[in-house]
Formats: sequence, C-alpha cells, structure tokens
Amino acid sequence: MSIWEFLRTYGPALASGTLTTCTEFVLATAIAIIVAVVMGLAKLSSNWLIRAPAIVYIEIFRGTSLLVQLYWIFFVLPLFGITLPKSIAGFLSVGLNCGAYGAELVRGAIQSVPRGQWEAATAISLSPAVRMRRIILPQALSIMLPPWGNLLIELLKGTALVALISVSDLMFEVKQINAMTYLSAQAFGTALVIYYLLARFLITPFMRWLERVVARGLGRV
Amino acid sequence: MVRFLNVNKDYGKLSVIHQLDFDVAEGEMVTIIGPSGSGKTTVLRILMTLEPISGGVIYVNGKPLTHMAKAGVLVPADERHFRQMRSSIGMCFQHFNLFPHMTALQNCMEGPVQVLGLAKKEARERSEELLTMVGMIDKKDQHPSRLSGGQQQRVAIARALAMRPKVMLFDEVTSALDPEVIGEVTNVIRKLVAEHNLTMLMVTHQMGFARDISDRVCFFYGGKIEEEGSPHDLFENPQRDRTRQFLSAVKEAY
Ligand SMILES: Nc1ncnc2c1ncn2[C@@H]1O[C@H](COP(=O)(O)OP(=O)(O)OP(=O)(O)O)[C@@H](O)[C@H]1O
Ligand SMILES: [Mg+2]
Repeated sequence: MSIWEFLRTYGPALASGTLTTCTEFVLATAIAIIVAVVMGLAKLSSNWLIRAPAIVYIEIFRGTSLLVQLYWIFFVLPLFGITLPKSIAGFLSVGLNCGAYGAELVRGAIQSVPRGQWEAATAISLSPAVRMRRIILPQALSIMLPPWGNLLIELLKGTALVALISVSDLMFEVKQINAMTYLSAQAFGTALVIYYLLARFLITPFMRWLERVVARGLGRV
Repeated sequence: MVRFLNVNKDYGKLSVIHQLDFDVAEGEMVTIIGPSGSGKTTVLRILMTLEPISGGVIYVNGKPLTHMAKAGVLVPADERHFRQMRSSIGMCFQHFNLFPHMTALQNCMEGPVQVLGLAKKEARERSEELLTMVGMIDKKDQHPSRLSGGQQQRVAIARALAMRPKVMLFDEVTSALDPEVIGEVTNVIRKLVAEHNLTMLMVTHQMGFARDISDRVCFFYGGKIEEEGSPHDLFENPQRDRTRQFLSAVKEAY
C-alpha cells in the first residue's frame, strides 16, 4: 500500500486522533499554567504552611513517572471514590505533571527579576500583591517564556501516553491501524511526522510570537 | 523630620551602622559623604525600610518608622505600618530601577494610581507636570530601554516625587552616568532644593555639588558620623584627620 493510499484510507481516523491530541494538549496546557503559577508563587511564600504543600507537590509530580501518575489517577483514584472519565484523567495527569515543572520555571523567573525592581516597587509603597502582579510577574514572564516553549513541546509528547488509558488520541488511532493492518512503518511514521509538525509549526511559532509581544511590552523591539 | 536614635545595623557579625544618632530637620538638605563601605547606602536603605535595623529607633515626621506604639510600648511594625510610613519617603537609586515594561509616564503614574488611589486622569496630570519639571515630557511615551542614563534618572526622580513624599533620598544618583549628562540630573536636584520644601538626604561622591547645595554635610566613617558641619566648615576647615585624609584623597581622584 502506497503512503498516499494509506493516508486516503486512514486519513479520517488520523485526523480525528490529531484533533483529540490537540484538545488534550490545550486542556493540559491550561491546567499546567494554572498549577505552575499557583505552586510557583506558593513555593516562594514566606509562610511555611503555604510553602510546604507546594514543595511536596512539586517533588511528587517531578520525581515520579508521568505514566505511573496517569495510572494512579485513572485506576487508583476510583478506589477512593473518585472516578474520572478517561479523557479528563488524561489531560489532568499530563497537566499536573507539567505544572510541577512549570512551577519551578515560574519560581526561578520571579527570583531572577533584579532586586532593584523589587526595591523600586517597595520604595513607591506598592503592596506585596500589587508589586508581584504589576511589576515582578510581567518581567518574570519574559524571562520564562523560552523555557516554557520547551516544556509545552514536552507536554505535547507526553499526551501520547493517554492512549494507554484508551483515550482515542493520535497515538491510539495509530496503534489501532497498526493492529489491524500491520502497516507499522506507515502508521507510526505518520504519527512521528504529525507530532513533529504540531510542535514545529504550531507550538514553536506561537511561542516565538508571544516572546515578541512580550518583548514589545518591554520596549525592546 | 528624621531622627535616628542609637541605631545599629549588623549583617551577621559585621556591624555596619554603629550607635548612630542623626537628625535631619524639615526642609533641610543633608549630604552624606565618606569612603566606600562606610555605611552611607545602608543609612538610606534603612530609612526606605528596605533593610530592617538591628537596634535603636528611627522617627520620621514624629512617628516611629520600624515600630508601632501598642498599648504604650513600641513593638516591631507590621507590613501595613511600613507601607504607611513609606508613603512619606521617596528614593532614587544609583541604577535608576525604572520599570522596563512601562513607559516613562506609566512609571510615574503607577504609585499614584495603585497606592494613593488617584483617578487615571489626575495621576496623568500630576505625572506630566513632574515630567515637565524634569524636562522629560517629550519622552513620556518611551520605555526606559529607549532612554539614556541621565534621562532615566530624571524619570526616576519624577516617579518618586509623584508620591508627594516629605523626605527624598538620593543614593549616588549620578554615579552610573556619563560625565556629560551628570549636569542634567544635578540641575533637577538643584531645582528641587530651590523651589520645594522637601527634606533631602543625599549620598554623593561629587564634592563640588555637595558643597553648593547642602545645608549640612556629614562625613561617615565606619558606620558613624565622624564629622559634620556646614559645607564651608567641613570642606575648608575639617577638624578630624580622617576627614582631611578622605577629602585630599577625593581631590586627587577628581
Ligand atoms: N546585604 C549585605 N550583606 C552583608 N553585608 C552588606 C550588605 N550590604 C552591605 N553590606 C556591607 O555593609 C557595609 C556598608 O555598605 P554600604 O553599601 O552602606 O556602603 P557605602 O558607604 O554605601 O559604600 P559605597 O560608597 O561603596 O557605595 C559594607 O562593608 C558592605 O560590605
Ligand atoms: Mg553606596
């Protein structure tokens, strides 16, 4: 079977899988961003009771495997009475996992905003909350955007694991095609190319664009 | 206006400010000079509440700066008290520290809008007036990255003044500037001295400027005031050996 014939036959299944992958990616990214900001800020808190949970969270989710976390959320949580639909369990575990990495990016970026900026903000009497929101975070954003670009590509690749709990994403469709036809090279080759194209021609240009927007906000054009 | 009573500041074992008693009257312009590491910057940072003190009490405008009176005794101040006290003090830094993501005008408006709760329009009028005063009104929509050092420092002065402080602190505001633009910043400070009744505390290495402009000059040495007096007395007729040594060393360097 030629590659064109393959694509014509399995195009719809591949397209639907790709769409699911994109959905999982977007939702997981949203979770990762929220978790990263909350945990990153919490880890910087001077209050021990706020800092400790963030440290524990980051240690657990960075220190253990994403696949094990996924299985925990999908297979073990129901034993405690929390049953999640598989697609939600999928993006939730990917998002929570990447959020832990993101939290460290947020924390590191906040800490690398020059001390003079904190002091100047304090000298005009800004409250700690306003200082963080109006002065520190906008500058931290420009520092952390490039590493976030890498993290989001990792996140996209991580979503392939949700196929293992039968979310019908790109990887799941490709495995099915392979099981039915034994056209392994075509099936997994196409998956490889699609993941690459998504990372290279959607995520990377989008992040570059964001970096430019933020740089313009800093008057550095 | 500002009163230090027996103030100490230690960094671990290092005593940087040692039993400092120091008064600045309302409307007075006091210049602090002294060798590197003598604690000049530390005095200003303590006043701006950027550094906690290790002992003693500071009064600003009659109120304790780092303490609050609670049931008749002084207890360490909380964040709210600090914020309230800070609003009567403004500071300009050696490296300007303008907010890079805001234009000159936005830098000036930030405090009035976020802290004083002024309406945008009122904050803008106030800021534009100050930017005019420092000669930066035609650059008001530029980001700091587009401004020269001297221009940034003038915006930083306007930003501090926009909070209508009673006390202004200047920490070597010309040290990071090219020689040919120092004048544009010192002229702004001269204007402030001539036209406003601000209490000012300035650290500088420009002895000529200190001499022209100050009501009083304090020579710091080892975290203490070694000698103080009118600019004329201190520069023409220093009493202490250390002052004489410092002044002659500075004269050679410039
Ligand atoms: N954060 C800090 N931790 C430890 N030591 C410090 C700290 N900040 C300042 N010091 C020390 O305190 C002393 C006084 O510093 P300060 O900055 O007040 O000096 P200065 O008179 O302003 O000197 P310069 O003319 O070089 O600016 C110095 O010995 C310095 O090393
Ligand atoms: Mg200094």
